[in-house]
Amino acid sequence: MSEDKKPATNTLGLTKSDYKGGPSTMCKGCGHDRISEAIIQASYDLGLDATNILKMSGIGCSSKTPAYFLGNAMGLNSTHGRMPSFATGAHIANTSMTPIGVSGDGDSASIGMGQFVHILRRNPKMVYIIENNGVYGLTKGQFSATADRQSPSKRGAYPREESIDLCGLALELGATFVSRSFSGDKKQLVPLLKAALSFDGLSFIDVISPCVTFNNHEGSTKSYTHQKEMGVTFHDPYYVSPQDPIDIEYEQGELREVTLHDGSKLLLRKLEHDFDPTDRNASFDAIQRTRNKGEVLTGLIHIDVEARSMSSNSGLTDQPLSMLAQQELRPASGVLDRINDSFRI
Amino acid sequence: MDPVINDFSIRIATANGTGSQTSNIVIQRALMKMGLAASSKNLFPSNIAGLPTWFQIRVSPGGWQTMASQWQVLLPLNPATIGRDLRESEPGTVVIENSAMKTADSEFEGLCRYSVPFDQLAREISDAKLRPRLKNLIYVGVVAQLFGIPIDAIRAALGSVFPGKETVIELNVNAAQIGFDFASENLKKQDRWKFEPADQIKHRILIEGNEATALGAIWGGVSVVAWYPITPASSLAEALEKHIGDCRDADPEGGKRFVVIQAEDELAAIGMALGAGWAGARSMTSTSGPGISLMGENLGFGYFAEIPTVVYDVQRVGPSTGLPTRTQQSDLLQVAFQSHGDTRFPFLLPANASEAFEFSCQSYDLADKYQTPVLFLSDLDLGMNTWISDPMPEPTGDMQRGKIATDEVIARLENWGRYRDVDGDGIPYRTIPGVTLHPDTAHLTRGSGHNEDAEYSESPEVYKNNLDRLSRKIDGMVVDLPAPVLTEGDAPLGVIAFGTTDLAMQEALESLDSKPAYLRIRAYPFHEEVEAFLAEHQQVLVIEQNQQGQMAQLLRMHLPQHADRIESATYYGGLPLTTQIVREAIEQQLGVETR
Repeated sequence: MSEDKKPATNTLGLTKSDYKGGPSTMCKGCGHDRISEAIIQASYDLGLDATNILKMSGIGCSSKTPAYFLGNAMGLNSTHGRMPSFATGAHIANTSMTPIGVSGDGDSASIGMGQFVHILRRNPKMVYIIENNGVYGLTKGQFSATADRQSPSKRGAYPREESIDLCGLALELGATFVSRSFSGDKKQLVPLLKAALSFDGLSFIDVISPCVTFNNHEGSTKSYTHQKEMGVTFHDPYYVSPQDPIDIEYEQGELREVTLHDGSKLLLRKLEHDFDPTDRNASFDAIQRTRNKGEVLTGLIHIDVEARSMSSNSGLTDQPLSMLAQQELRPASGVLDRINDSFRI
Repeated sequence: MDPVINDFSIRIATANGTGSQTSNIVIQRALMKMGLAASSKNLFPSNIAGLPTWFQIRVSPGGWQTMASQWQVLLPLNPATIGRDLRESEPGTVVIENSAMKTADSEFEGLCRYSVPFDQLAREISDAKLRPRLKNLIYVGVVAQLFGIPIDAIRAALGSVFPGKETVIELNVNAAQIGFDFASENLKKQDRWKFEPADQIKHRILIEGNEATALGAIWGGVSVVAWYPITPASSLAEALEKHIGDCRDADPEGGKRFVVIQAEDELAAIGMALGAGWAGARSMTSTSGPGISLMGENLGFGYFAEIPTVVYDVQRVGPSTGLPTRTQQSDLLQVAFQSHGDTRFPFLLPANASEAFEFSCQSYDLADKYQTPVLFLSDLDLGMNTWISDPMPEPTGDMQRGKIATDEVIARLENWGRYRDVDGDGIPYRTIPGVTLHPDTAHLTRGSGHNEDAEYSESPEVYKNNLDRLSRKIDGMVVDLPAPVLTEGDAPLGVIAFGTTDLAMQEALESLDSKPAYLRIRAYPFHEEVEAFLAEHQQVLVIEQNQQGQMAQLLRMHLPQHADRIESATYYGGLPLTTQIVREAIEQQLGVETR
């Protein structure tokens, strides 16, 4: 191969295909594959060392996807709805590793709702992606808890219960990075993922990811068509790493700039409407306002760079707990004598 | 009437939440200050305040730590139970009663009664705010005077309960003195029970089983603790959190080398413990039976994905909510085969506080070496009562982290796979993110079917081989599990027991003329010695604290060739097992044999 035909490499000297995983077994056209591609793109662009990433998932179509990206990263495909607790444990055992948790609307909004709620309160440094398609795919198309009341199944049945807006819920629970995106909008999803990976806390990304087999028909509110027609966004996001100069030019006042914990920046270019995503009340309002109009708000909905992650607040040693040696774990000889003495009568 | 020295029990009946627990502990500790190995059993309700509670203190020449089935001295201080307390007392029982709630004499004849105007005496406590708590010390003073506990021993006991708090100690001593003085001036000794100083304690310590267990975890190197509150296991995690910061040095910058997380439920607690174990930290969770039920699915994941962690089950009375504050050994079968599918979990059965420390510490080596969740089964009796115990033993030898797929291992093995058995012992070389950095080690750990290289597989052969290897691995653990303890006997009977049944067994054996051989099982899966013991004895009685004879069932299942020799004796009322129950079970069995 001649010099000029070599594929492009990133700061680590790796090619994009170094960030790939195994071949996907999703249905052709599945939104989830687009999300895996976005993760690969964001990781390549960031020059991420995949051995510092932990791919964590639960059960369902979405939870199978960690096999299809970052093949050099270790992963754990846990039990249904329990990704958050496994990710918390794995991360705290070695806080130099960042989990990318992949879950689905069935996995997080129903069976795993308890863990979803509590990991948001706990706020470990990780990326929490919900690949949201409104249906249970692996069990053949039952409604999930994010299926909207007005959104019929393929056979024409309607959900009997109200749907859960996961971003609204995350906001309510005090989440410090709340965003929604669309698997078909790589331009938005990739910078959001980069910002999420740079954020010191739990970065929640609810990604509308149409199920081409069970929920992409007319009338569905989780279809490609619906998202293209009813999706709205208030900002276009641009991620700027600490090393990169800002190479985009805008008119004064067009940009909102959010500086992340590692010095990188997320630039938000205002569109038709504007709002301040660091203002929690404004974030609530934006979700509510769009929802009332039947729109699906995407983009960075809320960010709080003042709050820090569970691990940053834990007072833990910098050395990973998983690498502590016997002399650091077992008390010195003599300590047990002292303890025994304290229990003497 | 000859005095009986150091051989009787005192039962104190009060209402929960009235502060009587401190007074009861002061009596026990004062006896210890006299050198007596006083045992205590706290028979408490599942309630914060109001329901009846009993505390039973026993002193015996042998210093036995079991509860006696009868008491010789009763303090029926709870109006709600006084009738029942008096009815359950044998003739001749000494009763120290509150004169304000005296029950008609005619109804309970043959009792030796001392009447004390507790309410009136309480008015002598000048501080009205402290009076409700301090008044409990008055009965401590009465008991001390009647049975020969010097007030100095009371003071010393209070010093242990309130270390360094001189004012509090003095207030309490003064309250006890009120009772002491009343007794010496007004009560004429009419009974024969008496305490005298002795040297029963020697080098031993006084500790709760849960606290010893927690300390064992610290010495075992646990660094990630995830738990959810449940009686009777809460005090285990709480004791761990209390001690670990003091026992384990921080790094030079003050960074902690542990984390304790109170999870949102048991599902999350085991998930965090397994996540941490997978990532290479020594991890644990502590719970009781209901929590084990909830952890089932993830325990199965840990078994199949081969992830080390330690799970403490401080057993209580089931099924369902059962009796949360009562003791039982009824989780054996659920733990052995926890989770759906073909699983098997090793478990350890400590019998006393010192062993609780030792086994707890050892569990982390076992989990790492065999890459599987290890269960530690104690019970409420061991966990929540204080025990006079041998000191906790310093662990010998180094921590065993087991087989890890380091670069050197990968290079040496050529054909490394996460689940490949290259050494023939069923134990593969595991990966630790951030430690095992060879590119070949990256994989997706999963609870679905997987081949030796950790890739998804639905092949019947691959699945079967994997499951068989897991079984072989668990069987192989026996060499590292605590071996059974054999006590030879002369009667034509073998007895098998485990856990807290041991102390009642030991005391029963001492009092029996014809002694059966006794094998104490300390772990599952079973050692060869268990099979040998069954082979040697025509009749083997398995004594345990559950209804279904769960250990007997496990033995019959794993050693079917001896199934017809196994008899079962069970106690499952939820109170601490008494020696009398054990002795009667053995005598009955021996009687059948000799007939």
